[in-house]
Amino acid sequence: MSESQINTPSINFDDPKLVRHRKSRKIKDEIAKVSIGFGGISVILAITLIFFYLLYEVAPLFAPASAEQVSEYSLPMAELGPSIYSGIEEQGEKAFRVTEQGQVIFFNTIDGSVHSQVDLNLGAGVSVTSVAQADPASRTFVLGLSNGAAQVVKHSYKITYPNDVRLIEPFIEFPFGDAPIALDEAGAAITEISLAITEEAILIVGTNSARDIFARKYVLEEDFLSGDMRLEEENISIPAISAVPQSVIAEPGMRFVFIATDEGSIQVLDLQKEAINGTYPIGQNKQISNMTLLLGGASLLVSDHDGQSSQWFMVRDGNNAYTLEHVRDFDTAAATVVATDIEHRRKGFVLADDKGYVSFFNSTANSNSLNFDLGQEILAVTNAPRANFILIESKAGQLYWWKLDNEHPEISWSALWGEVWYEGYAEPDYIWQSSAANNDFEPKYSLSPLAFGTLKAAFYAMLVATPLAICGALYTAYFMAPALRRKVKPSIELMEALPTVILGFLAGLFFAPYMEENLPGVFACLIIVPIAILGFGFTWTNLPEKIRHLVPEGWDPALLIPVVIISGWLSLEISPVLETAFFSGDMRLWLTNEAGIDFDQRNALVVGAAMGFAVIPTIFSITEDAVFSVPKHLTQGSLALGATQWQTMMRVVLPTASPGIFSAVMIGMGRAVGETMIVLMATGNTPIMDVNIFEGMRTLSANIAVEMPESEVGGTHYRILFLAAFVLFLFTFVVNTFAEFIRQRLRSKYSVI
Amino acid sequence: MRVSVKKWFNNGDPYVWINAGAVAISMVMVFGLLALIASRGLVHFWAHDVVQAEVEAKNGQVYPIIGELVESEMVSAVQLRDAGYTVPDNAEYMQRNLMKIGNRDITGADFRWVLDASLTKRSYPEDIVVMERREWGNFYGYLKQVKEGDVLIAEGRAAWDEFQARIDRALDIYTEIHDIEKGEIGAINSGMERLRLKQRGYELKGTATAENLLAIKEDRALLDATYQQLQAQLIGLYEKINRDQVVVANMDGTEINVDLAKIVRAYKPNAMSIADKIGFYISKFYEFVSDEPREANTEGGIFPAIFGTVLMVIIMSIIVTPFGVVAAVYLREYANQGAITRIIRIAVNNLAGVPSIVYGVFGLGFFIYFVGSGIDQALFPEALPSPTFGTGGLLWASITLAILTLPVVIVATEEGLSRIPRSIREGSLALGATKAETLWRVILPMASPAMMTGVILAIARAAGEVAPLMLVGVVKLAPSLPLDGNYPYLHLDQKFMHLGFHIYDVGFQSPNVEAARPLVYATSFLLVVVIALLNLSAVSIRNRLREKYKALEM
Repeated sequence: MSESQINTPSINFDDPKLVRHRKSRKIKDEIAKVSIGFGGISVILAITLIFFYLLYEVAPLFAPASAEQVSEYSLPMAELGPSIYSGIEEQGEKAFRVTEQGQVIFFNTIDGSVHSQVDLNLGAGVSVTSVAQADPASRTFVLGLSNGAAQVVKHSYKITYPNDVRLIEPFIEFPFGDAPIALDEAGAAITEISLAITEEAILIVGTNSARDIFARKYVLEEDFLSGDMRLEEENISIPAISAVPQSVIAEPGMRFVFIATDEGSIQVLDLQKEAINGTYPIGQNKQISNMTLLLGGASLLVSDHDGQSSQWFMVRDGNNAYTLEHVRDFDTAAATVVATDIEHRRKGFVLADDKGYVSFFNSTANSNSLNFDLGQEILAVTNAPRANFILIESKAGQLYWWKLDNEHPEISWSALWGEVWYEGYAEPDYIWQSSAANNDFEPKYSLSPLAFGTLKAAFYAMLVATPLAICGALYTAYFMAPALRRKVKPSIELMEALPTVILGFLAGLFFAPYMEENLPGVFACLIIVPIAILGFGFTWTNLPEKIRHLVPEGWDPALLIPVVIISGWLSLEISPVLETAFFSGDMRLWLTNEAGIDFDQRNALVVGAAMGFAVIPTIFSITEDAVFSVPKHLTQGSLALGATQWQTMMRVVLPTASPGIFSAVMIGMGRAVGETMIVLMATGNTPIMDVNIFEGMRTLSANIAVEMPESEVGGTHYRILFLAAFVLFLFTFVVNTFAEFIRQRLRSKYSVI
Repeated sequence: MRVSVKKWFNNGDPYVWINAGAVAISMVMVFGLLALIASRGLVHFWAHDVVQAEVEAKNGQVYPIIGELVESEMVSAVQLRDAGYTVPDNAEYMQRNLMKIGNRDITGADFRWVLDASLTKRSYPEDIVVMERREWGNFYGYLKQVKEGDVLIAEGRAAWDEFQARIDRALDIYTEIHDIEKGEIGAINSGMERLRLKQRGYELKGTATAENLLAIKEDRALLDATYQQLQAQLIGLYEKINRDQVVVANMDGTEINVDLAKIVRAYKPNAMSIADKIGFYISKFYEFVSDEPREANTEGGIFPAIFGTVLMVIIMSIIVTPFGVVAAVYLREYANQGAITRIIRIAVNNLAGVPSIVYGVFGLGFFIYFVGSGIDQALFPEALPSPTFGTGGLLWASITLAILTLPVVIVATEEGLSRIPRSIREGSLALGATKAETLWRVILPMASPAMMTGVILAIARAAGEVAPLMLVGVVKLAPSLPLDGNYPYLHLDQKFMHLGFHIYDVGFQSPNVEAARPLVYATSFLLVVVIALLNLSAVSIRNRLREKYKALEM
């Protein structure tokens, strides 16, 4: 400083103007820092929101159910005696109970205050001796009377909104006339009764104290003029049974009648064949304490005196013969079941035992989602239609009104991933079938076939992509001339950018039918093209140097392109010849008839090829990077020691780059697993579990795309689709992160070398 | 120098050749695919010659056929015999042709497979007429008469010129009708709907005073009056357009009447010169990119899909650019470069690998059902129960794709930032600039090509993405464009059409896949071209950028 004379500039740094300027710059800097920090962190948080939102939607599936008592009150109009039947209206505001004397009392569920009382006019001296409910959606039940008759009753509700407040007016209907139907002409009391209703017919089956069985079937006919429903009796005969009936159940198919006998067995009557289908003991030395039809009328819930409950249903075997099968046991406490009720919209039921325990089960999931102890001896339990409330009547004449939060009982580990024996199936199986037209459908939420389909599609895609991409990348990175490499790399990147919807469309509408026509040719390609490449390579090596030197080193792929095109074309051309020679003219028919392999036009092979195409660039570019960044002095050292190019490649380059290649395969696999459009368009989307390359599959992602728009928001199906998305998210994220860590380690390793 | 097989294998050369073969196969696959799409997509607009011939059917009956040859394939004789054809004993396989015979209203199907050998007496008569119609697909046959009501106007050779003149007139009237129906009546409908919502809004707020209601009533009466006027105008136009008919004969000589109002275009392909055909090609291609779809998307243009895609991508870029850049700047310039930042970086990078359908599920659950229904409750209670933002639409689709492409932008911008040499930052700071000033004046301008690259890649990805859009607001046929002359002009809540979804829908959900296929190829071709151009430009920008910084590092 002292050597050169510098005039100090005449700037006064403390000039207020400059101070202000500095201050404002400082403030601006601070503002920028804070706002960029805020913005950056919130963007990152927004991205993590995806994870938490998916979790938030999935969590209720696995949240435990809960129950709390809302109120407790003594029986409304307790002087009329205990209830023999109760029911609740849709909203859970009103409930009713039926007494032995044929009085129906409607009351408010929240405090037990009586709303109205209806006399069913059963007649003087006639009392109710048995009761049974039909399908809960019909809101209909039947009363067996002491004079041998039966009365069908329906509880209905009129909902109005005066002043925007919901008002529910309950009333009683007699859908099939208010005159009771005589079951036992002799007039003995009906001690057990059952009612099955469909849109076309009703069937009433009852037994009396003399243990005779009566059945009446009526076909509903609509009067064309008045539109009224009329009942036409249809004669049915009941085969004589060989044991004393204890309780009786008619199923809505109106073919079978199940009779619990006092010998601890279930006797099945086949009304169609007018014969006894069989007698099925429920176990050694076991007595039936309770038998109920589960929702949909396909399954029986049977409880024995030891407190064991089990599910049974009719299974059809290969010869079209039906047998009653013991499907599953429920994990119940060993106490006698005193009351049961089924849920109205799900395959669930509630059991109450003699110790006052109330337990909720789901039959498909074989799960026990909720238990509580009432601490009272229980007479009856009644589920609300939406399964959000339950009404419990104690033997002491008290009513307990409980609120339930039991949203997703049908989900359990076994229901999602295990083999489940669904109603109507001959054996336990993995099935995905989420919806059907009817209300009492048993949803089949097994994710196994979808996960299997996902892995199958990914496997075949990787089978196509991995060899092509890795071999291609090795050549491009190590052998190829730089000028050619500069053209090949962008082409492969372009391949990555191709929208998958186009690949899917071509796979589904062009490649699938083409391959079906030229199946032998496609397989011939796999053999002929490599042979042609090798043959050309060998010939080329043996050509005179003059010709060989026309093409510079590292341009071999350019030479091979016509070879590939011609050999590929040739193998497809000889397809009909091969087909005639080996497969009697039609390979597809041959596969199905001779080899016994099912063939779908849109199959795993098509998906493998199309998705392989989508995955090749991912694997290619990462592998290429990894190989290309292997330090040159390593390879040069190896070559200098006399190794051939190929030896250097295998012994030096590959081991060094192998973590990078591994991570390339992982990332490629992540892409194949999550790919949606290709599988959606190039497979038949049938959720089957079969490794056959000629059959299709349904993947998790395609399943989401197909079913998500139709699923009910907040429902079990909706949440399971979220679960599928969450599984996909986690899988790809974990795989990619793992691969990324490997690559980073590789990079630091290179920097050391 | 002769090399023995053994030595050749010992050298390991065959494996190198196999590797080279893999590259060759990949290249053949990429360019073969592009060539396939291009050839199939581009021939769609060409005026193919129409052949007239006689066909011998399976039962030996001979009938005349008129149609375009679409494709031919070799079928083994066994299959044909199984299908009931009589095949010469010495033939092992035979050629089978797919012919487009049109006339769906008469024959029931547009296409027919015909054995090449059974096609006899082929000719290409110059006066075969092809008519594109608004319903029932193409017509192939002969023009007989032009009629006005029941009055014969022209017949025979003179009919063709008369026919062309009258088609032009009908098309002009059609355009007029279309403008009134879509434009002016559309505006009235949207005005009516706004008035209805306004009234409902008053009722909900309890401000439905007589004064307010009267104002609405007056507005409505005004709109009604305009509507009546337009309606009268329309009736007049419909009368005019329905004036003319033509009588045409199909391949077996059946004569039918066709209203000129239903005809889009008529031409005689066999009489056209190459120049004519090129002109025809250009006009068909223009129709394809500028017109609305007809006949359940299997004919006509794809303009609404192009428009929807472009608009969605623009909105997406507007959202994704600032957020992506801010996040990248934060990660690279402000955050402490520790383990956490490294983890965040890897996580962001990996989000690009999360399946797109997962973003779709997120968009549906979070934006539509959660945020969207919240907005509806708060801001649009008068429209409930029909949802405004509580259903898929342009806005939610754009935001979902913005989140999907956010990692792309962040990664590209970060890469650009990391390539700027430290010395440049330090130079700026040493001269007394604050960090914000350095960032704003030096770093960001230098990194702007990288940001461009990121945004272009994001656009290319968004334009081709379909799976998430299926969940968040794309439809097969939107009644109107999301941008029009009716308040509020840009309808963010509206569902829209998209090129990628169009391909999926027309290719797989269409009742007449065979007829729709050329159009799907053409759409695919357009989409591929757009995406390829976007990608190539991103690549070239990136390469230029790298060169630039190489110079800086010197």
